[in-house]
Amino acid sequence: MATEAAQHGAEAAAQGTEHAAETGSLVFHPMDQFLVKPLFGDGPIGMLSITNVTLWLFIAVVAIFGLMVIGTSRRAIIPSRGQSIAELAYGFVHKMVEDVTGKDGLVYFPYIMTLFMFIVVANFLGLIPLSFTTTSHFAVTVILALAVFLTVTVLGFVKNGTHFLGLFWVSSAPLALRPILAVIELISYFVRPVSHSIRLAGNVMAGHAVIKVFAGFAAIAAISPLSVVAITAMYGLEILVAFIQAYVFTILTCVYLKDALHPHH
Amino acid sequence: MATEPTGAVSSCVDSHGSAVGMPQLCADWFPNQIFWLVIALIAIFLILSRIALPRIAAVLAERHGTILSDLTAAEDLKRQATEAEAAYNLALANAKTEAQRIAAEAKAEIQAEVDVAIQKADAEIAAKAAESEKAIADIRASAVDSIEAVAKDAAAEIVSVMGGKADAAAVAAAVTSRLKG
Repeated sequence: MATEAAQHGAEAAAQGTEHAAETGSLVFHPMDQFLVKPLFGDGPIGMLSITNVTLWLFIAVVAIFGLMVIGTSRRAIIPSRGQSIAELAYGFVHKMVEDVTGKDGLVYFPYIMTLFMFIVVANFLGLIPLSFTTTSHFAVTVILALAVFLTVTVLGFVKNGTHFLGLFWVSSAPLALRPILAVIELISYFVRPVSHSIRLAGNVMAGHAVIKVFAGFAAIAAISPLSVVAITAMYGLEILVAFIQAYVFTILTCVYLKDALHPHH
Repeated sequence: MATEPTGAVSSCVDSHGSAVGMPQLCADWFPNQIFWLVIALIAIFLILSRIALPRIAAVLAERHGTILSDLTAAEDLKRQATEAEAAYNLALANAKTEAQRIAAEAKAEIQAEVDVAIQKADAEIAAKAAESEKAIADIRASAVDSIEAVAKDAAAEIVSVMGGKADAAAVAAAVTSRLKG
């Protein structure tokens, strides 16, 4: 990548553009991997344009279909490897929903499973070199987080009526403290979608950008071995992060759902 | 490849196709990203809720049922094995008692037969002995008689040879009294 970039830098220098300054030195474009590009043609990107976002979201859907539907198509009592993974994912999320939200939360299991499968598959697809990581974009994670936030808030009011506001009124605290706590609780409630979305996109984006920066250093022969080691280490960490962030997003969704179903502390 | 000149089609990309600032914050792309995300999420939700999750739930339930019934069957078989073992032990004990009984019976029977045979043999021996004694007594008696007759004859002859006229009855009485000594 970096040598390509350097070549392009050289071309840019020949063209006398502002990139001339980069010629012959290190060139970092760690954020270029996050660019949204149309797959066909060069035109401006509209809502319906087929872009790399479309492609990698489609691949994610296909991967989930392959794992969860084709992998389980034999319905074997003694599962194959693919079916084992599908059952493992099912059991993992099912247990999480049941443990955190209780039995009555299991109605929402398919929605939470959708979130988990999408995030975990998109994260791992993003780890394929030259792929596009859909979950590194705020547009994606904010929609996910907002969907959770709005659903949970509406659900809270539908299920509990005005009692849902009891979530902000900490009845176990001394009376004098309760208004202050209510303000804090209210702020923390509205910060939820922000932290929920930025945590996921930030983790994924940061890891990918750091790998790209290390890759840029690989252009210098003296430190390229170190750079390769660092990329390998970061990649290992990213595999961890890919799963953990999907897990964190899902379990926080369960926690928010629990607040909506049982708002009393 | 990321830096291929694409022309400034967006305010987020410079003339060489490199990112300007964070691509994540480029509002030009939001509608596209959100539209396809929603499509993808709906697709995933339908795939999971209509096909995958009911199927996996059914498989897990079926496996649970199979394991339960297998466990019950194993429990049943174990119980049967225990019962069979008890029956076997009982049969073994019965057979042992029976064998002992048969052995004792046989022994008693043989003993009785042996006793009978011994008694019979004893009786036979006794009879034979008695017979023999009788024979001996007869022989002895006949021998004494013969001696008496010979002695009488001899005495009568001697008397006649001596020139006497032997009275047969007197000789016989004399011999008999001498023999009785």
